[in-house]
Amino acid sequence: MSTPPSLRGGARERLQHWLPRLVLSPSFVLVLFFVYGFILWTTYISFSNSGMLPDYTWAGTRQWSRLWSSWTWGIALHNIWVFGLLYIVTCTALGLLLAILLDQRIRAEGALRTIYLYPMALSFIVTGTAWQWFLNPGLGLERTMHSLGWESFSFNWLIDANMAIYTVVIAAVWQATGFIMAMFLAGLRGIDGEMIKAAQIDGAPTWKIYGRIIIPQLRPVFLSAIVVLAHLAIKSFDLIVAMTGGGPGNATAVPATFMYSYAFSRNEMGIAAASAVFMLAVIAALIIPYLYSELRESRS
Amino acid sequence: MTIMFNKCLMAGVIPLAIALSSTAFAQESTGKGEVEVLNWWTSGGEAKALGALKDQLADDGIGWQNMPVAGGAGTNAMAVLRSRITSNNPPTAAQVLGYDAQDWADRDALSSLDDVASAGNWDEVFPQPIQHFAKSDGHWIAAPFEIHSTNWVWANKSMMDELGIQQPGSWEEFMASMKKAQDAGHTGLAYGGQPWQDATVFENVVLATGGADFYRRAMIDLDPEALDSDTMIRSFDRFRELLQYKDDNSPGRDWNLATAMVINGDALYQIMGDWAKGEFLNAGLEPEQDFMCFRTPGTQDAVTFNSDLMIMFKNDNDQQQAMQRTMAEIIGSPEFQMTFSQLKGSVPARTDLLADKLDACAQRGYEQAKAAAESDTLMGSMAHGYAAPASVKNAVFDIVSSFVNSDMPSDVAAEQLAMVVQGARS
Repeated sequence: MSTPPSLRGGARERLQHWLPRLVLSPSFVLVLFFVYGFILWTTYISFSNSGMLPDYTWAGTRQWSRLWSSWTWGIALHNIWVFGLLYIVTCTALGLLLAILLDQRIRAEGALRTIYLYPMALSFIVTGTAWQWFLNPGLGLERTMHSLGWESFSFNWLIDANMAIYTVVIAAVWQATGFIMAMFLAGLRGIDGEMIKAAQIDGAPTWKIYGRIIIPQLRPVFLSAIVVLAHLAIKSFDLIVAMTGGGPGNATAVPATFMYSYAFSRNEMGIAAASAVFMLAVIAALIIPYLYSELRESRS
Repeated sequence: MTIMFNKCLMAGVIPLAIALSSTAFAQESTGKGEVEVLNWWTSGGEAKALGALKDQLADDGIGWQNMPVAGGAGTNAMAVLRSRITSNNPPTAAQVLGYDAQDWADRDALSSLDDVASAGNWDEVFPQPIQHFAKSDGHWIAAPFEIHSTNWVWANKSMMDELGIQQPGSWEEFMASMKKAQDAGHTGLAYGGQPWQDATVFENVVLATGGADFYRRAMIDLDPEALDSDTMIRSFDRFRELLQYKDDNSPGRDWNLATAMVINGDALYQIMGDWAKGEFLNAGLEPEQDFMCFRTPGTQDAVTFNSDLMIMFKNDNDQQQAMQRTMAEIIGSPEFQMTFSQLKGSVPARTDLLADKLDACAQRGYEQAKAAAESDTLMGSMAHGYAAPASVKNAVFDIVSSFVNSDMPSDVAAEQLAMVVQGARS
């Protein structure tokens, strides 16, 4: 207790100044190394001769040209395009519709909201397995219909190479729609009621109020929903592995399953790295402008 | 606060330190006369067969530290193995398939087994095609466990009797018998629609259509002219013909569920490797009495094989090296080869043994494998990575599976096959 009070205060101030930085620094270092470090590492690997194990000899764009001439990569890109587009559009449309319906001051809204939101609490593996059983013609829906006496009923998309990707869309939409609905519901609740009342007094029909006043005001929610859905779509891996395993054949291969297969079962680490870097670039192209606009808004 | 911060920092640093220098750990875990063996033999007969090795090692006073990594037909185990090797902490030994042993040998990671091999006269007793996978640059680097062959048909005996079907001797008879079964309301061919199973059936068709020389040119030498040839187109035509006898629910089905269709009398045949026999035996059925086994018609004179290999990793520890030698000796010994195959459903990789202890199917399979080794028609299976490395194998899977799951014409399939194989090799 011999230290003068003023000096003690100075030490505390300095501590308060440095403490947050000190506490954050280990996680900062770890993220820097394990996230950004490995992004750089993966990028380098995509320009190397790596096969079964990393091999640091420079190979130029060899792996990239092999990636783009690969048969399955073409299928994977086509699938992610079909899947992503349908997934984003359907989820957004259904989510908005459900949110509008729930917003009509109905009874038991809380319970209904929870029911719609629940699928999001499941992991994709669970969703995938459950839908696989449900859509498998020998186990689920088709068999049930047959045993109920509807013999001509047929729904075999899961095992039809041309249709299998749509079953994945169905399962993914089932899982995410509730979440998108919650986002829209929050957006709807944030809209100024006075404006709607004014429109009602002017005698505007309900559909016009939604089309002209409410939905245009939900623009930021649309943006957030699309960004969330888009990156979920590009990352989609577990759902497809659990539901179709990329099959039948490789009819439901997507870039993420492509990357896994090339890295782990085909001993082609270089091509896998190139596909991973490509996926990162696509996600970055979506997320960076979004983050940029968000940060600019919050600053101003 | 500083103490807490230190802890945080340490928590971050310790795993790093372990990852960077884990040799200390390796020595600790292996210093007690134990071998650590990475494998994916976790089910039924496989686990029992592995138990035979464990018991023999125990007789020599060597402990067993099992390191099973189940799933993915070894893909998961190989991923674990890669991370162990790259972090410089190899297990004593690992079960591998196909070209993996060669890949590790190329990286100079494996112990040489030359002493054990010359003492056991391995150069004479193991057939050439097996040596091709177990030797690298003239040195033994792996101990072969067994020979599995993939050109087998498994048939439901009572359905054959009921429908008056004789064992088919030609492709035409084979098709006709399945037609008969289908007309009687059964499934002709029990089929599992997974890429490796598609490829297993396909390689049977290629061998039956083009014969051993063509199979070697197309699947092993990967000759583009053979891959995109009229014979290959005819193989795809025949494959399409065969596929009409599968049922509609086959996509994604596991091989053992397909075997169960034959066991339960839902399907007449399954084309599958000899591990399928284990399912029949487990169901209490007798070969030649309750179920039939015969070579896929048209492939009688050849055997397409795969074979599990045990590789040993380089080690500075004398005791570890001695235990590795003991393990290799056991695996190569006549008694173990016989016991192991009896339990696993394969046939011994050595060709100098008497087959009388094996079941009826395996006895025939063993004699055929020996004869094929004599006549140079014992050839690696494409579907199981014994004809070409993993990248090429999977490229073939891509086309064959797409062919099965679409109405791709045969000439397009052959052309694409030649193209993707070329791409995977570039």
